[in-house]
This record gives sequence, structure tokens and C-alpha cells, in this order.
Amino acid sequence: MNHAAHKDYGGAKLGMWLFLFTELLLFGGLFLLYAVYLSRYPHEFTAAGRDMHVGFGTLNTVILITSSLLAAMAVTAIQRNERRKVLFLLGGTILCAAIFLFNKYLEWSAEIGNGIYPNSPRLASGPPGESVFYSLYYLTVGLHGLHVLVGGTLLAVVAVRVKRGTVHSGDFVLLENGALYWHLVDLVWIFIFPLYYLIL
Amino acid sequence: MTTAQPTPASFWNDTGKTGITSWIFSTDHKRIGLLYFYSTFGFFLVGVLLGLTLRLKLIAPGLTFIGPATYNAVFTVHGVVMIFLFIIPGMPGAFGNLIMPIQIGARDVAFPRLNLFSWWLYIIGAAIVLTSLFTGGGPPDTGWTFYVPFSARTGTNVSLAVLGVFTVGFSSILTGLNFVTTIHRLRADGMTWGRLPLFVWSIYATAWVQVLATPILGITLVLIMAERILGTGLFDPARGGDPIMYQHLFWIYSHPAVYIMILPAMGVISDVIPVFARKPVFGYKMIAFSSLAIAAAGSLVWGHHMFTSGMSDTAILVFSFLTFVVAIPSAIKVFNWVSTLYKGSISLEAPMLFALSFILLFSIGGLTGLILGAAATNIHVHDTHFVVGHFHYVMFGGTGFAFFSAMHYWLPKFYGRTYAEKPAIVAWALMFTGFNILYFSMMVLGLKGMPRRYYNYLPEFAPLNLVSTIGSWILAIGLVIMLVNLFRGLFRGEPVGSNPWGGATLEWSVPTPPPTENFEEEPVVTHGPYDYSKAGVP
Repeated sequence: MNHAAHKDYGGAKLGMWLFLFTELLLFGGLFLLYAVYLSRYPHEFTAAGRDMHVGFGTLNTVILITSSLLAAMAVTAIQRNERRKVLFLLGGTILCAAIFLFNKYLEWSAEIGNGIYPNSPRLASGPPGESVFYSLYYLTVGLHGLHVLVGGTLLAVVAVRVKRGTVHSGDFVLLENGALYWHLVDLVWIFIFPLYYLIL
Repeated sequence: MTTAQPTPASFWNDTGKTGITSWIFSTDHKRIGLLYFYSTFGFFLVGVLLGLTLRLKLIAPGLTFIGPATYNAVFTVHGVVMIFLFIIPGMPGAFGNLIMPIQIGARDVAFPRLNLFSWWLYIIGAAIVLTSLFTGGGPPDTGWTFYVPFSARTGTNVSLAVLGVFTVGFSSILTGLNFVTTIHRLRADGMTWGRLPLFVWSIYATAWVQVLATPILGITLVLIMAERILGTGLFDPARGGDPIMYQHLFWIYSHPAVYIMILPAMGVISDVIPVFARKPVFGYKMIAFSSLAIAAAGSLVWGHHMFTSGMSDTAILVFSFLTFVVAIPSAIKVFNWVSTLYKGSISLEAPMLFALSFILLFSIGGLTGLILGAAATNIHVHDTHFVVGHFHYVMFGGTGFAFFSAMHYWLPKFYGRTYAEKPAIVAWALMFTGFNILYFSMMVLGLKGMPRRYYNYLPEFAPLNLVSTIGSWILAIGLVIMLVNLFRGLFRGEPVGSNPWGGATLEWSVPTPPPTENFEEEPVVTHGPYDYSKAGVP
């Protein structure tokens, strides 16, 4: 059964790219709802969007872009066979993920403390468009947060493999795919951030 | 083609291990294919029993042997099981896995472990669906479409069932991306795109639909769960939501999904017809192209499920027009199959009989689909038994019969033994007759105005309902004969050689049953899939 497995580098990358498309489409459903409801409730969306914590959003954007840079540098480092550097960079990426999630926790705590969460009495008594905005916000950002968690875990698994030497300069497709996934997480946020924090 | 070398061990006894773990942890595409075959076909039989229950209930108006609440649960579970657990994963999972890698001259799929993981996800999803039937508020009663607002409010166990379907959907995505990668990367030397068997082309088109459409189902199902558990209100008009948005999201996936169901079936027919007509397939390029065209155009027609939903008239016109556009590539296929038969030396064996009835039943199903796709006539037959009849003509008469054709055509290859021909033909005749009695009556009932999913009906609909139910019994008897004959044959029947039907595609060039690595040495393809003389077949 176990013949010397031939590694198909191009195949592995192709598979990963296809998977990333499915992730984009998953978020696509939520962005579609955002577009429809924005055109239906422009005023309520604007009012609600002004109440968002732009500071948290900006900070998290900077953190995620930095983490993407670190992940990309890790891919270059493994090609040069600098294992310590790879581990250091991956550690940095994962740390950024953790800080991102911690910021999210603070932000959501503040929102929930203000009585803003799906099905809350405050939203129920407000205009319908506002409730839709926040429901979409919690769902989209929540799903994205889940992806941050998954991506961070994935990179941690890769880091362990790098440490053990099963991912190395001759066979680093796992690291590269992990980094691709991390860039997707970053990319989705790049769309979420302006849609919910900036343009309204 | 065959050499005098000793036959290498077949995939049945290669590991020296037996028992269930040699199957459920195997990464061999043939074993995974058979796992998929037995699990999906098992769910098919469950779905059949539920369907027979529904027909038995509808034998007469008024209260018969099950109550209205049970009836709602039975038609919901019938739909969920048949669609999400049999017909979507069945053809790609079972025959896509068994046949496609061999047909392109590959040793396995691109990601064998991911392939096994997909099957596990499918089984886990199925287990969650089954759990939802017996826990919480009982089996879901929303219909397989899970329409809001009812699905957001009913006390039955919708959340868990939806989670199960979500998991099965994830499995479908992974199968799709695995197959796209396999077909791009692992074709043997000389297996150019123009030499791909048409079954592979159809699996390729299907795999793209699985990759591109299923995520939308995923997010839709997540939204139902959020609606129920968090009370997000995104589809609740009282809180600013819009239930029509649910229908859009649901059908953005679920209409392309019917092409996940029918495309591989068309691929089977495209492979079976030329072999039994002893002729190269007519219009190879157009059949291959039309698979891709169906996959592409089929992604843009979902709105024809929503003509009565309150969507705008412009949208109705556009979706109606696009629906007619999809009919063109489907018709191209039908015409090419019929042209392949023209002046062929047709041999009416069991796989061919199922394939020929596919053409007829699929054409009826397809043409009635146009009645539903035209905005004006749709209003008349929307949500009636006409839709039920149409859908079963396409899905059962189409995909179901193609699945049976594939079972008779390909399974002997993997078991090394074959079934008896005569009972297979008797079974086919019974199924074909019963099928038409069962579903044609439904279409007539629908035209007369009998709604779908209603527990009770007016007395004037009683005679045709009786006829329809009798048809379901004939169909069931045929199915039982087919299964007994087929599986008796596969385990205890006459041995078969490597190429019993005289096919020219690669799976017939390897020993029966195929060895683990499929090919003794890496094949070099020198001829097209329907080039019988170059393949050395008389």
C-alpha cells in the first residue's frame, strides 16, 4: 500500500486554492446579505456604523496585516532552510492572531455591555435596520474570528512539523498552504473592516 | 491488451488484512468508492421505504395509517435522506471514486487521505442527521428545503438536522476539490483532455459545481442555526429581515445541486450508450462541452424556484429566460445519444436498458421542467404534485436509473462476478412500468390542482392517487428483484473477464478485479475513449 508517496507540489497548491475559493464563497453569502440590506436600510446602517469602535477595527487591521507579513516571511525563510527563523516568525503570526482575538473579546464585551447583541431588548425596540446590521456584524465577524482560530491552530501544527523536521526546505508545501490560508483570513478582514467600520 | 504475466493481487486481498478496519481506514479509491456505494445506497433504501410510506398514506383521502404530524416528518426526512445522503454524494462518491481514477490512468486520486476524510465527514453528517430524528423535538417537519419562517420557529429538531447537512456539504466540497485536482494533475501520458472519457468530463463539471455552490449552502444552513439559536432575525420581517433572501441563498446552492445530481448520471449514459451500440459516441466534443455549459448556466437559474415568492417581475423574466438557456445543452446531450444509437448494432442488455429508459424519462422530466420554468405556466402548477412528478422524473428516472445502469455496468468489474441477465431485465421492466405509473399520475394530479405536501386531498383526486400508489408497489417489487439478482451475482455469480462489454475506456484494460495500483505499469494512452478498433476490441 505505502509506496514511496510522490509529492505533487502543484496539485497540493491547486487543491488549496480551490479550498480558498470555497471559503470566499462562504463569506460571499454574508456579503450578499450585507449588500441587499444596505440598499434597503441605508440610514439605519449608517447610524449603526457610526457607533462602531473604529479604534479597535483599525488596530486589528494593522495586527492582521503584520501577521500576514510574518507568515509570508516564514515561507521565504523555510526556502532558505532557516528553521529557527521560521519558528520565530510563525510564533509571531500566532501571537498576532491571539492579540486579534483578545481585542475582539474586548470590543464585543463593550458592545454586549451596551445591550447590543442579536435578539437583545435594546435592538428589538430600535429600528429594524439596526437589528439587521448588528446581526450581520456579529455573524460575519464571528465567522471570521472562527477562521482566525482555525488558521492560528493550523499554523501551530505546521510549526510543530517544522520543529520536528518533517516540513523543511525540500518539502514545505504544508507551510505554504498554511500561509495561504492565513492570507485568506487577512483578506476577508480587509473587506469586513471598511464595510462595517469605515464607509458608513 | 492483456499479457501473460501473473495477475497481481486484486484490491480485495492486497493488504493481507481483513475486517472492517481494512476498509474504513483505507485510502484506496476503490475501497472508498465501495464504502460510499454501500453507505449512500443504504440511505437510498431508507428513502425508498419512507417514500413508500408516503404513497401508502396518500392511497385514500382523510386520515389513514399515519397522522398529519408524522406525515410532515416523513416527507421531510424522505427528502433530506434522498437528496443530501444519497443522490448528491452517491454518484461522485461511489462511481466517481471507483471509476474516474482508473479511466484517466491514475493510481489513485490526488489526495487519498482527504478522500477518506470526506467519507468520514459524510458518515458523521449522516449520523448527526439520524440523531436529529430521535432527539430533541423529534424529526424536522419543514420539508427538505428548510424554508423560513417555519424552520426558524418549529419546535422540531431542525438545528441538529441542519448541522448534519452542513457536515455532509463539507464532505461534498472536499470530494469536489479532490476530483478537480486529480483530473488536472494525474492524467496518464497521452490522456489528453480530448481523450477523457465522457464520464470523467461529467465528473469534472460536477466537481466544479460542488466546489463553487456548496459553500453557499453552508452559510445558509449556518444562518438557519443562528436564526434559531441566537435569534438573529435576518429572515424575520418583524426585525427587518426578509424571508425571500433565505430562498435566494438556499436556491443559489440547491439549483446547481440538481446538476451535481444529474451531470454524473449523464456521464454514465454517455459511456454506456456507445459501448452497447457498438459505435463511437456521436458528438464527443459537444457532449463534453455541454457538461461544462450546464454547470455554468445552471448556476444562474435558481430564481425559477421562486416565481410565486414575491420576487420582482424583472427577476422572474430573467430567470425564466436563463432556465430555457439551460435546456439547450441538456438537449444537445439527448440528441447526441440518440444519434449515437442511429445505425448502431444495439444490444439490449441490462445496463443499456436502464440507459435507454434514462433518455426517455430524463426527456419527460426535462421537458416538464420547461413548463415549470416558463413564468406563466409555473403559476398554475407551482407547489402542486406536478412539481413532485417532474422532480422524480429527472432525479429518479434520470439519476436513479443511471445509477442502476452504472451498478450493472461497472460493479461486476470490481467483484469479478456478474449477475444473471434475465432477472435483471425482468426487474428493469417492472421498475420502468411501475415508475411511470407512479409518477405520471402525480403529474396529472398536479395539473388538476392537487398541492404537494398536503396531508389530505379532495375525493376527486382519489382514483389517480390509488393508481400512483399501486405504481409504487410495482416499482418496489422490481427494485427488490434487481437487488437480489445483482448482489447474488456479485458474490456468487459467474466470473467475468476483464472486458465483458467490449469497452475501450481504460478501466476495461486492467484485470478484473483491478489490482491495488490499478495498472501493472503506468499506462500510455494512444487512442480515444470510444476508439474500439485501436483498443483491440472486436
